[in-house]
This record gives sequence, structure tokens and C-alpha cells, in this order.
Amino acid sequence: MNRQLLLGAEAVAQGAIDAGLSGVYAYPGTPSTEITEYIQRSKEAREHGVRSSWSSNEKTAYEAALGMSYAGKRSLVCMKHVGLNVAADAFINSAITGVNGGLVLAVADDPSMHSSQNEQDSRFYGRFAMVPVLEPSSQQELYDSMFHAFELSESVRLPVIVRMTTRLSHSRAGVTRAEMREQNPLHAEYAPDRFVLMPHNARVQYQNLLDLQPILEELSESSFLNQPVEGRGPVGVIAFGIGYNYVMEARNAHGIDCRVLKIGQYPLPRPQVNELFDACDTVLVVEEGYPVYEELFRGYFGSSKIRGRMDGTLPRAGELTTDLVAVALGAKPAETTAVPGIVVNRPPELCKGCGHRDMFEALNIVMKENRESHVFSDIGCYTLAALPPYSAIHTCVDMGASITMAIGAADAGLRPAVAVIGDSTFGHSGMTGLLDAVKDHAPVTIIIGDNETTAMTGGQHSAATGSTLIEICRGLGVEESHIRLIVPLKKHLEENIAVLREEFAYEGVSVVIAQRECVESAAKKNRRAAATGQ
Amino acid sequence: MQKNIILAGVGGQGILSIAAVIDWAALTGGLEIRQAEVHGMSQRGGAVQSHLRIADHELFADLIALGTADLILSVEPLEALRYLPFLAPGGKVVTSLEPFINMPNYPAMEQILSELGKTDHPVLVHSAELAREAGSARASNMVMLGAAAQFTGIDPERLEAGIKALFGPKGEAIVDINIKAFRMGQRLSNH
Repeated sequence: MNRQLLLGAEAVAQGAIDAGLSGVYAYPGTPSTEITEYIQRSKEAREHGVRSSWSSNEKTAYEAALGMSYAGKRSLVCMKHVGLNVAADAFINSAITGVNGGLVLAVADDPSMHSSQNEQDSRFYGRFAMVPVLEPSSQQELYDSMFHAFELSESVRLPVIVRMTTRLSHSRAGVTRAEMREQNPLHAEYAPDRFVLMPHNARVQYQNLLDLQPILEELSESSFLNQPVEGRGPVGVIAFGIGYNYVMEARNAHGIDCRVLKIGQYPLPRPQVNELFDACDTVLVVEEGYPVYEELFRGYFGSSKIRGRMDGTLPRAGELTTDLVAVALGAKPAETTAVPGIVVNRPPELCKGCGHRDMFEALNIVMKENRESHVFSDIGCYTLAALPPYSAIHTCVDMGASITMAIGAADAGLRPAVAVIGDSTFGHSGMTGLLDAVKDHAPVTIIIGDNETTAMTGGQHSAATGSTLIEICRGLGVEESHIRLIVPLKKHLEENIAVLREEFAYEGVSVVIAQRECVESAAKKNRRAAATGQ
Repeated sequence: MQKNIILAGVGGQGILSIAAVIDWAALTGGLEIRQAEVHGMSQRGGAVQSHLRIADHELFADLIALGTADLILSVEPLEALRYLPFLAPGGKVVTSLEPFINMPNYPAMEQILSELGKTDHPVLVHSAELAREAGSARASNMVMLGAAAQFTGIDPERLEAGIKALFGPKGEAIVDINIKAFRMGQRLSNH
């Protein structure tokens, strides 16, 4: 078959489709979004009836994927690393119940935090849940690993994680496809002793999971993802995931001859690891992410033969590069031209003409009238209002946190207690917080910037927008007179200021919905209309 | 053969179209490719870059190592300077001279030109003017690809075929404008 140029994320998607996928479930999150988008665009996926619309959040996505698996079909669930925190309850417990049809969790970590609030390493979750983790190093390996992951999941009846990081997910390479496999037939498993996690069942299932561990290790020993590379000398390298790429690149560029053990499937293949450690005086541990395995190798009392992120041989934080690994292997740092002093930063900003700009302009004017000026915010394009010229928001912690944090601050006596959240983030994790506010009759003003889309990740469908959003607020019990609709446009500035003033003064729950379509989605629609001649 | 190319610009300036053309030409020519892109937050008016690597042998890293880029191809002059640590000794800078000013402290153009002048015979292009002459200001990125063509290691005819493949779905008129833009850039650079 022809080679196709695919992003790592797209290789995951195409691999899943070709491996007989029946459904993908996901909430957008950089760098994982393109997996689901690819499946949504795929003609083959459509022809084979692969389910692919967006879920409200990562937890609902995971549970739906688990349900599909119980019914016997192969399902894929995709998220960014922090999304797995949201889905963790479902994920951890699905390792106890086990699965029926293959269930693969594709999770994309973001070391160096290009688009994230932390650089947590999803391999921790793999160890925590005691399930197999695959960490391919190239786009082709990602593609091939999807077949392997589904087969593995069905053979050991556990969910399998496919972990990647930003650089692999957002990098293109040629990928050769394999033959497409049929989808599984519907074969819902009746197994309440597995799937009902009451303590008497859970104890048995947990013991089964523990008993499986040596088998998982054996499977890693024969995995194509774990391979030794011949070499000589006293220094060996154990290279995980795309760490392998930088090691091989450094070896080639600097003529370094050393043994390498490439790791792409966990739990670790013990004999291969032992062999490397026995043959070498010093072992460099190269992991993209946290030093998860380096810490295990060192143990509590440490080991003098191990080098890596924990002794400064490699930096403790941030993503790896060929340069960092080359220096860690003894190469001289490259002599380079410095960035000229005149080169200033070009921080990202809200788009020209974006409705959020007008919303924050009004908010800033009203906040200045108050002694306390503290705005709780959330995760989306509007987080950019933390930067000048607006400097309008003062928190961004996790999805949906703006509302609940405003409640706590109001309880502490802060007035006004203001939250700013987007429609998609509200649908993801804001609704339950709003219910808390209503139940407490908390004096908070929640501004929902409804731009009708999940804008930051590129304009995906938002579940809680327009009239649905208003109905949700009503349904959760916000008083009709305190659900205020504004249109964030220059010409409405005075009106909008007046609305905010009134609601800040109200000692109860207010929701101000700022309704204006995202300028990017509007432009996209226009381009599409122009292209089709309408 | 191996070429490491840094593509630079500001979010929304179309550097990924340049990458797509080179990718197409390299892939259909049987070469190995790694092309890392920036998605997500930085795309909103921030600095964006793409590391593009092509070779006739196996490539491992998606990222270019410091001091090993054969070419920095930038559609914005300040952005060309941002990636100088990646430039190999003897590497080439090809950049548009159209500034994209969305911050208050954007440096003076004379300073930028002076810094660009410290690199080895940089190719400096008034791309907007040429693109308009070709038929559309939006074809500025293809002017830049044309100006950089001789340093990509790929036959210009294959790059033109890539332009046809990429813009074909948008109609013949668009293809013609982009081919014209590409050739204008190429002519300027070959002088």
C-alpha cells in the first residue's frame, strides 16, 4: 500500500480504524485533538459506521468507551494528559473490572507544557492501574501499535494505554498501512462477577489483576516495541518512547558507540533490562517526561551507576532534545549563533475582533470600581486575558474550577465573587459547580463566554451552547431574572457594563452569558461557503 | 542526502502550506520525512515554527538539533532571527521582509536587517509585492518557497508538482497564481 504522510495523532487514528474500531470517544485537548478529528473526517470510518462525535468530558468519554467494550466491540478513548485526571475514576476501576472488546486509551502528554498547565506523565497512571502501556517512538510504530494494543487488550482483558507526547503527536512522517480488519460483532458479555465492583467481586478481580502482572511482563519481553541495539563500551542507554529517537540521532551525529535498550511496552521486560545493567558500568536513563523508571532503578538508597534526570545529567523538567542527550553521552555542546538581543517575545493573544476582547473590556471597567478585583477563570482562549493588555483574570487551575473557586472565595467574604468560563468548559465541568452555587445560594456572578465552540483547540463542537446553555442554567435552578444575556460588541459596552454592575450587586447566583460566535469559526464558515459557491 | 529546514512565522501566516508542498515532493520522491509542527495555544498570533527534516536514509528525531539547520525559511523577518541557534555553519537564511507587528516593542527594521546581514548572504524578499504581482497577496508563502527552493535539496519541478497537488482542489486559477508566485521567488533568488 501507499505511504501516507500522517501526524502521530493521525497515525493513531488510522491505525485504530484499520484495526477494526467501532467507536472513538474524546474531549478535545492539545496535543490529542487530531486523533478524533481525523476519524471524524475519515471516509472509511464513516463507511464502516465508526462512532466519532465529541463527548462532554474525558470521564464521560471513557465510560462510553468502556460500555462499548463491554458490548464486545473495539473502542478508543483519547485525551490529553490532564484529561486523564478527569477520567481517572473510570479508568482505574476499569482495570479492576477488565474489558471485553479491546479498549485503548490514547493519551498525549505535553512535556515542556506547550499548551498545558503541567507536564504530568501518564505512565504513572499505567503503573497505578497496573495495565499495559505502549509508548511507540515513531509514527509508523504508533500505527502498528494500534493493532497490537487492541489484540493485547482482548488477550489480557485489560484496557491498554498508548502514550505519546507532543512531538510525536504533532509531527508528520510517512506511514505504510496494513490491511483493514473487520469490526468485532456485538457480543455483550454477561459477567456481573467481573463488572459489578461490589467489595466481594472487587477483591477477587483485584487479585486477578495482581496475578496477571507476571504475564504482562512476559508479554513485554516478546514485544516488537522493546528492542536492544548493539553497541560497545562501558556506558549503556535505556531509552523510553521518543527518547530513543534522540539517542539514535545523537549516536549517529557524534559517532557514539554504546549499547541501547529501546523500551516501548510496559511493564518493563525484566531480562532485557537486567542484561543491559549487567553489561554496563553506567546506564543513562532517557525518559520523555518524569523520571518514572529512573527513580525505580535508583531505589531509595540510590545507585552510583545510574545517570539521568535525577542527577542533572539530563534536565529534570522539560522535553528532551538530541542536543541534551548528546551532551549526556559525552558529546561537546554544539557551537551556535545566539538569538540577537533585539528578538522580543511574541506572546499569543486573543484574535482581532474576538468577542472575548469586548467581554473583558467591560469586565475590567466594572472590576476597577470595586476594592477587591479578583476574577476566577478557567481553561480556554479566554485564559489569554491573563496577559496584557487585559490582565483581567487571576486564576486558571483546572477545567470548571472558576465557578467552584468563586463559591469558596464568596464563602470567605470576597465580593464580588466572579467566575469567567467558556461554553465548552462549562459543559465539561462547570455544570456541577453551578448546581453547588444554586444549592448554597452563593453570591457569585458567573460569566459564560459563549462563542458556540471549543475554540482553543481549533473549533470543535461544544455541547452546552446557545439555547441549550440557557436551558441548563435554568434547569440547574438559576433564577430567570439573574440569567442575563449580553452581546460583547463595542456598541453594547455601556449596556454590558450596566448588566455586570447589577449582577455583581446581587447577593445570589447570577449567570451572565456573553453570546458571540468565535471569529475563527465564522471565518471558517465563510470560507467554506465561498468554496462551495453559496 | 539530508536537509534540516526550519520554517518560521506567526500563527496564521501559512507556513504549514509551505511544509505541505515540500512534504509532498519529498514523500512522492521516496524520501524519509519528519516534520514537527506547533498546534494549540501558540497559534493565536504567537511565534510558530516547524522543524522539517528530509533524507534518503532513516531519520529518528522529529526535532532539528542546534547548529544543524541547512535552511531557515521565514515568512517574517523577526521570526527568522528567533531560530538562529539552529542554523548550521554555512546554513542559509531566506526570509520575507514583511513585518508582522502585533506587539508594542517590535524592533526597528534597520536593526533586524543588520542582524540578518550577519548571516551568510541571506536571501531577503519583499514577498507581499511579488505575491500581489502574481495575482494574490495570499500567495506570499509560495513566493518564499520559490526563493528558498534551491536550498531545499528538492528539484523545483517536484515542488511545482507539490503546489499543483496541494492547491488543485481549489481550482486552476489558484494553482496558476501560486505557481507564478513560486517562480517569481525562484527567479529573484537565483540572481
